Amino acid sequence: MNTQAPTDIASGLVCPVPLQQYPSVLLAHGSGGKLTQQLIEQLFLPAFRNDLLSPLHDGAVVTINGVRLAFSTDSYVINPIFFPGGDIGELAINGTVNDLAMCGARPLYLSSAMIIEEGFPMEDLARVVRSMQAAAHCAGIQLVTGDTKVVDRGKGDKIFISTSGIGVVPDGIHISPEAARPGDVIIVNGPIAVHGIAIMSVREGLEFETQIESDTAPLNSLVETMLAASDKIHVMRDPTRGGVASALNEIARSAQIGISLVEERIPIPDEVRGACEILGFDPLYVANEGKLLAFVERDQAEKVLQAMRQHPLGTEATIIGEVVDAHAGSVVMKTSIGGSRIVDMLAGEQLPRIC
Amino acid sequence: MRFIDEYRDQALAQQYVERIKQITTREWTLMEICGGQTHTIVKYGIESLLPETINLVHGPGCPVCVTPLEMIDKAIAIASKSDVIFTSFGDMLRVPGSTQDLLSVKAAGGDIRMVYSPLDAVKIAQQNPSKTVVFFAVGFETTAPANALSVWQAKQSGVRNYSILCSHVLVPPAIEAILSSSSNRVQGFLAAGHVCAVMGYEEYLPLAEKYRVPIVVTGFEPLDILHGTYMAIKQLEEGRVEVENQYSRAVRREGNIPAQKLMRQVFEVTDRHWRGIGEIPSSGFRLRDEFSDFDAEKVFADVATITVQESPDCIAGLVLQGLRKPYECSVFGTKCTPEHPLGAPMVSTEGACAAYIRYKHVPSASAAGGRA
Repeated sequence: MNTQAPTDIASGLVCPVPLQQYPSVLLAHGSGGKLTQQLIEQLFLPAFRNDLLSPLHDGAVVTINGVRLAFSTDSYVINPIFFPGGDIGELAINGTVNDLAMCGARPLYLSSAMIIEEGFPMEDLARVVRSMQAAAHCAGIQLVTGDTKVVDRGKGDKIFISTSGIGVVPDGIHISPEAARPGDVIIVNGPIAVHGIAIMSVREGLEFETQIESDTAPLNSLVETMLAASDKIHVMRDPTRGGVASALNEIARSAQIGISLVEERIPIPDEVRGACEILGFDPLYVANEGKLLAFVERDQAEKVLQAMRQHPLGTEATIIGEVVDAHAGSVVMKTSIGGSRIVDMLAGEQLPRIC
Repeated sequence: MRFIDEYRDQALAQQYVERIKQITTREWTLMEICGGQTHTIVKYGIESLLPETINLVHGPGCPVCVTPLEMIDKAIAIASKSDVIFTSFGDMLRVPGSTQDLLSVKAAGGDIRMVYSPLDAVKIAQQNPSKTVVFFAVGFETTAPANALSVWQAKQSGVRNYSILCSHVLVPPAIEAILSSSSNRVQGFLAAGHVCAVMGYEEYLPLAEKYRVPIVVTGFEPLDILHGTYMAIKQLEEGRVEVENQYSRAVRREGNIPAQKLMRQVFEVTDRHWRGIGEIPSSGFRLRDEFSDFDAEKVFADVATITVQESPDCIAGLVLQGLRKPYECSVFGTKCTPEHPLGAPMVSTEGACAAYIRYKHVPSASAAGGRA
């Protein structure tokens, strides 16, 4: 058992920005970027550190009586709750299913806790539940336990959903962020930044007309297809909050490898690019749902790509970069005009620029 | 994507790079004025393509960076008031004042809203008649017309609960401040294309003439920057001193006359303090007296007394003039970081110091498969 003294919380500060400099929690602490990382590394990890938690993967893989179970949890607080291409209910199922799938697991059972604001229309609640039902059916999982809380009007924002899930990791599958190694190629299963822009298009104050719909989808069946094609898939990650850039930075740090991206190869739909140009966003930092990044041994890449392209969620699968020996811990991109730049983690929330 | 990809074409970029290499015979220092241009340079790794003899200095044209500490503190004081809805462009929200930033005020319960246009702020004022709605009017000549229009519109339609906290700055006086410094080493300028789309470029002619520097009005796409750089270097190599227009698809010599007229109706020129640089005479806009009802500093008279000293450790002025590299500063990366900046160029991702912090570990271009 690990018995860390409380002082470790302070002595563990490695970052130039000590936690104490923030007397209260900012939105950016939940953005999936640097401040989230700091919160985890300086507060949560020192408090709960153990071998299962420390890799900071999307889920933990625990072994019970020789059976490896993946276990994951996530909360959904999206605003607006209904958005083009999906809603909070569908997201709550798919998100946790995907976190399990990224451990290489076959997702089986989910729990759901709902925190509902007083006055929330029953009709909307029913709509959310129907959509959870459909998503669970589609992902082939069962929702087996749950909890309901109602808070005073104004003390919540319509509805928050938290889901946890377990799944079984088949024998021979060992997927984790530290497993990335030089020579791996990085595959994405389709166009990025779609979900974030779909949400942005209906957010108050930003509304713009677009056909862009969220790409939320359960990835477990695609993952099964990929794992059947090759046992040389080292890492999988769904680049949700914080986008592709944050997910790749986490992996680069965790495996202490360098990642080299090629901007031209990263698929981004024109409509999404256009919206990003107008809003001043970098699509690499925009959230995805229903997308995964896979690190695959180079000589297996073609086989995996072929398999992915046969699957409805992988028809546009493509290689966007590779793992390299150089610049360990960071992500460098060859830009569309042939220059190179570091793709850093997001410092705070991505905010529209003035100029 | 049409009208975008044409300006990010790798083969054309290579051709410009080759041409620049061909004509460059010695070291030259150019300054791009606008933060948007700095952003493009950093985002596309343009410096990694140019010959090492061309030194790009990132100028003071980031409105987020140069807004004085004092003004941020005034914004924070106003935004903390209970009957106020404070509106702002997104990236101003993260800029630290002397003790906190606007996002912290929001976390503490302040009603702070990000808007894309000051006209949205006027709309919010109309929808919330019991609240006072304040818009943080920062920026260069680019944002000034829309900000002027919001005040003009509010006055026309009798919106009494709208005001702006005005901290507008102007480009030509800043160029002159840099050029007139005895230690100046900037030899040519890439002028800010969008500022010139509003103002035209006639006001740059006397500056080029007086200080014997080429000025090239330049756009914001990678090929614009490379083209503008090529034009400026060509002038320098040929010993010419002219104002040229690279961004002719958007900029006319006389600029946007109706926008200029509206700005003059609402604003008048005033002295302005620039964060990290100091006071520059006649370098900003303030509201004319007939619009003083819309001046947040008059509406909230208590904030007028707020004064703040900037950190003496910060050498932003020297960095912005290209006299020091960010890492030559004693507090760079230690007391001064992007999360807790002491001075202007560390504030925005477009600022020179923040760019150096983020990109200081850039490996050799070959390792990244970069330089062709």
